[in-house]
Amino acid sequence: MKRFLPLIIFACLCVFLVIGLQLNPKEIPSPLIGKSAPQFTQPILDQVNQEFSPEQMRGKVWLLNVWASWCFSCRAEHPLLNELAKQQTIPIIGLNYKDQDDAAKEWLAKMGNPYQLSVIDRSGNVGINYGVYGVPETFLINSQGVIVHKFTGPLTPALIQKELLPMLAKLKQSI
Amino acid sequence: MNQFLNTFPRIALGVLLNLFLLTSLSMANEAKPLADNPELEAKVQMIAIELRCLVCQNETIAGSHAELAVDLRNQIRTQLQSGKSGEEIISYMVDRYGDFVLYKPPVKSNTFVLWFGPFIILLVGLWALLRHIRKERVVARLNSDNPDDVLKARALLSTVEKDTK
Amino acid sequence: MIPEIGHIALITAFVVALLQCGLSLWGAHTQQVRLMAIAKPAAFAHFLMILLAFACLISAFMNNDFSVLNVAENSNASLPMIYRICASWGSHEGSILLWALMLSGWGLAVACFSKNLPSYVLARTLGVMGFISSGTLLFTIATSNPFLRILPAALNGRDLNPLLQDPGMIIHPPMLYMGYVGTSVVFSLAIAALLSGKLDSSWARWSRPWITTAWCFLTLGIALGSAWAYYELGWGGWWFWDPVENASFIPWLLGTALIHSLAVTEKRGGFKMWTALLAILTFSMSLLGTFLVRSGVITSVHAFATDPTRGIFILVFLAILIGGSLTLFALRAPRASVGESFDTVSRDSMLLANNILLLVAAFTVLLGTLYPLILDALGLGKISVGQPYFNAVFIPLMAPALFLMGVGPITKWRSVKPIELATQLRWALAITVITSIISALTMRSWTASIGFGLLIASWIVVSTINNLIARLRLHPQGFFTGFKIQTMSYFGMVIAHLGVAVFVFGVTMVTGFEEEKDLRMQAGSTSELAGYQLRFDGVKEVSGSNYTAAQGQITISKNGQVLTIMQPEKRKYFSSEMLMTEAAIYSKVSGDIYISMAEPVSMTEWGVKVQYKPFVSWIWAGAFLIALGGFFAILDKKYRSKPLSLVKEAS
Repeated sequence: MKRFLPLIIFACLCVFLVIGLQLNPKEIPSPLIGKSAPQFTQPILDQVNQEFSPEQMRGKVWLLNVWASWCFSCRAEHPLLNELAKQQTIPIIGLNYKDQDDAAKEWLAKMGNPYQLSVIDRSGNVGINYGVYGVPETFLINSQGVIVHKFTGPLTPALIQKELLPMLAKLKQSI
Repeated sequence: MNQFLNTFPRIALGVLLNLFLLTSLSMANEAKPLADNPELEAKVQMIAIELRCLVCQNETIAGSHAELAVDLRNQIRTQLQSGKSGEEIISYMVDRYGDFVLYKPPVKSNTFVLWFGPFIILLVGLWALLRHIRKERVVARLNSDNPDDVLKARALLSTVEKDTK
Repeated sequence: MIPEIGHIALITAFVVALLQCGLSLWGAHTQQVRLMAIAKPAAFAHFLMILLAFACLISAFMNNDFSVLNVAENSNASLPMIYRICASWGSHEGSILLWALMLSGWGLAVACFSKNLPSYVLARTLGVMGFISSGTLLFTIATSNPFLRILPAALNGRDLNPLLQDPGMIIHPPMLYMGYVGTSVVFSLAIAALLSGKLDSSWARWSRPWITTAWCFLTLGIALGSAWAYYELGWGGWWFWDPVENASFIPWLLGTALIHSLAVTEKRGGFKMWTALLAILTFSMSLLGTFLVRSGVITSVHAFATDPTRGIFILVFLAILIGGSLTLFALRAPRASVGESFDTVSRDSMLLANNILLLVAAFTVLLGTLYPLILDALGLGKISVGQPYFNAVFIPLMAPALFLMGVGPITKWRSVKPIELATQLRWALAITVITSIISALTMRSWTASIGFGLLIASWIVVSTINNLIARLRLHPQGFFTGFKIQTMSYFGMVIAHLGVAVFVFGVTMVTGFEEEKDLRMQAGSTSELAGYQLRFDGVKEVSGSNYTAAQGQITISKNGQVLTIMQPEKRKYFSSEMLMTEAAIYSKVSGDIYISMAEPVSMTEWGVKVQYKPFVSWIWAGAFLIALGGFFAILDKKYRSKPLSLVKEAS
């Protein structure tokens, strides 16, 4: 019986490796899920003397999308965001991360603006509070201001279909 | 003679001035530390080497050149300047990025096996070795060349062990 | 045309390897001499085919054939010729082909240097190696073919990663793979022995030179990798417990254990089952490392471009090969050797304690590397395991093994009274303790860990030399005759153990006494470091064939005498956006001055990091000595003449 021990241990290892092949070792889950969205008050892109804070979205389910004009992957997901905005599926607030205002405005003019408004985070400090470590990232926040889910990396049609829309439906039911 | 007395002080002054210039120049040449406040920087380093960079995930925030790492180092510096302690800053980071950001895995319930497993296995291994040595010595005292006897003896010893437990 | 020849050669090699495997194993099973005789020529043929394929790949790189996808992705017309050749193994596809080449090369070596092996053992060994080879070749052809074409051909290539454009690239991968892959020989020998149902001390005698040779290469390969990281990466680190480093270190630890346990099996006949298991495990870990590095399950800066399909293939191959061999082991492992027994204090027990310590150490490294994956798979959270963990756990585990290194060689086989041992070692112990006390009192920034490291290093040196002198003195005809009759194996051990001491000393001194300064320098700035005077003399623009660089000029003097001018660079390669830091190193036996340019902080000033690394070259000198010791051991006469047991069988 003892002779089979190495084989058994190896078999267990293989099981873990098989599971491992389906996981992404680089992806970091957010510890903020289930917690209140961190507060901030930041100026708004293209609106002088106006400021935004997440409290203004209380009572609504919304997306906070972290983007920048220098971000390549954002271009892939942007058409999807445009579509979501057109369908009025869910309000989207942009967080313009470590960017220049002019470049950001130009980018939106060219690629379309799905955002109700975009908040300026020039220093990246709001991003740090949200645990942002790459761009793009998208946070789903419920009507009580609690972060329900975080999408790391660009949104894809599959992610929208299989995760975002079902979650949205469930949240709307509980309102 | 008068001329000499007139020029000597000037020469002396000139030499003195030159000496002064030279010494201050050599002191001025001493390269300054890169950081404005080296003591603070050293403290930033001590905290930064405990945190993993999330972009270049194999490096610490201290060594990484990624923009996020630079931002986080700045955060650490600002917080240290406002009087926060090392532990507070680290828990600040863990609150936002999770346990992954710790370079040294925390000792929690889900890492007991990681931290204590090796030592436990070492003890088990040494115990198994000792047990084997003792068993073999008993078998050897049988003084038999017949492998079947040896097998039987070993089997008996194992059952005896089980019974006496 | 040439890439197509390479492609065909690969497929031919695969077929030949398959035949080698099938026919040899079947021949051995059915005792058909003619089938068994196919093994040798098959090994030769499939090595030649892979060599041809590799030559075709290198030729494509040398000729800048950008219609070959691999060349387009990893090379560039302005890349210097030598690095174009190296780029052939710089990618996943090319390096797997190198793996296959090394494997078939080892197979050929087995076929050539096996006068001692009975024909059925040779046939089975080559059969198993053929199986491994065919799996590797199938993997290459199916998922990692370096000969794929792109049409239309690219105008120029993407270039080899600048970090790899370095002499280290010429030698580190081939050495490492020689070692890594070489562990397959002793694996195959173990399987052959299990298949024959005969695992005896002659098996140990055949295996020992093969594992020692592979282990030598692996030692050199790892040491070269570490030295390369030190001078190439630009910040002075030499070991990071990176998953890819760990993947090569685990087989090394197991290989070391195997060398030591084979000593027991060869001399005393015991522990054959254990040794066979180790032989299987060493190569298994080697394969597992290959999987980890190429499948994407772990993050490493060193990992190849990953692809889940490749991961699945390797995993299936791994499962079949390792699962199969462990099953065979479970079913066929010898029930009982009428093994010699031994006392709790004896060389046998110490070598086995060494084995347990090395195995636990290897397990620890594997655990630390895989733990994030395991937790994530179980849904228990996401953590990362870094250097602090490995240093905290690995070093305490190795310390007893290092201590035993001084005790084991002087201990007799089978049984020794502890008092006798202590008496023999009393001088060694005394000298070690006195040296440690002196160093503690005279060193400026002594800490407990520095003290401990020095204690271990001096213990190993003193006890090894003590052992050497004692042995030589025993000879009735005096010292020099005693010296001449010692076996190469013995000298190998002495040199290798001393190498470990040198290594430990280097590590202790660097870790304990290294100095670092981050300075802001302009023309004329000076600084002082470890008794040296540094003067920054500005920055020059230089260029290489495929880069331009800002080259700092730093004059190093000591006691007013100029010693050298160090020239660290910040390079911008044409082909990529990457800015590369090329550190300047002034290396002496007593330590290195290590300077790297950070960034310009103003129009006239640069940020410069200067470091002093005392005795850092002792780390690799030690590793080199360890490999040298192994090399001496291989040269021992006993591996070249026919072993007595076989001679007896023949008569």
